[in-house]
Amino acid sequence: MRILYFAWVRERTGTAEESVTPPDDVDTAARLADWLSERSAGHAAAFTDRSKLRLAINQEQAAFTDRVAANDEIAFFPPMTGG
Amino acid sequence: MPARIQTEDFDIAAEIAALSAGRDDIGAVVTFTGLVRGGDITSLTLEHYPGMTERALAGIAAEANARWPLKASLIIHRVGTLMPGDRIVLVVTASKSRQAAFDAANFLMDYLKTDAPFWKREDRSDGSAQWVDARETDTSARDRWIKA
Repeated sequence: MRILYFAWVRERTGTAEESVTPPDDVDTAARLADWLSERSAGHAAAFTDRSKLRLAINQEQAAFTDRVAANDEIAFFPPMTGG
Repeated sequence: MPARIQTEDFDIAAEIAALSAGRDDIGAVVTFTGLVRGGDITSLTLEHYPGMTERALAGIAAEANARWPLKASLIIHRVGTLMPGDRIVLVVTASKSRQAAFDAANFLMDYLKTDAPFWKREDRSDGSAQWVDARETDTSARDRWIKA
């Protein structure tokens, strides 16, 4: 699973991208966020307030309740501020 | 609809000329240009999600084309570090008559604000830096286009 972080989420986790292999029971974006939170204090800080986080699965906007699979590209980021 | 993500500046007149060259079916061209505001901001840095950005812009553009009879359109969005007064974004819409071009440009900008994966960081004159929060007014501007 390829994980990407953007903006302040990237700054808190300390990495823009990481490759991970979570256990099989990590099957939703919410469970993935729980599991990633264990990786470092920075990760935990990034995932503390999920109301401030958005995500994409395979480059499409998604929800924390959506399912994730082994070969997915999953990105976590703040609400977008384009324009 | 072409969409470009680039670090370099753009030339609005040249883009309009390119978009309408050799055609006589366009009666209206609307452009929107977004600029970096100054004040206590010394620079603005734009980050994006390569890959998803192109997909998101294509999706937004396809929706605009489905809703309005556009003859041509263009989105240019800059990334990287910009200074106050610099151009950030250009939206150009062209149609037979003005209303579709105005409305589609408005629609494209509202969706760019909330649904294209760009993030802005402001560097301030006191040395601090802050990621720009999404604004509720931008979300409600986008939501008025959602069909009931």
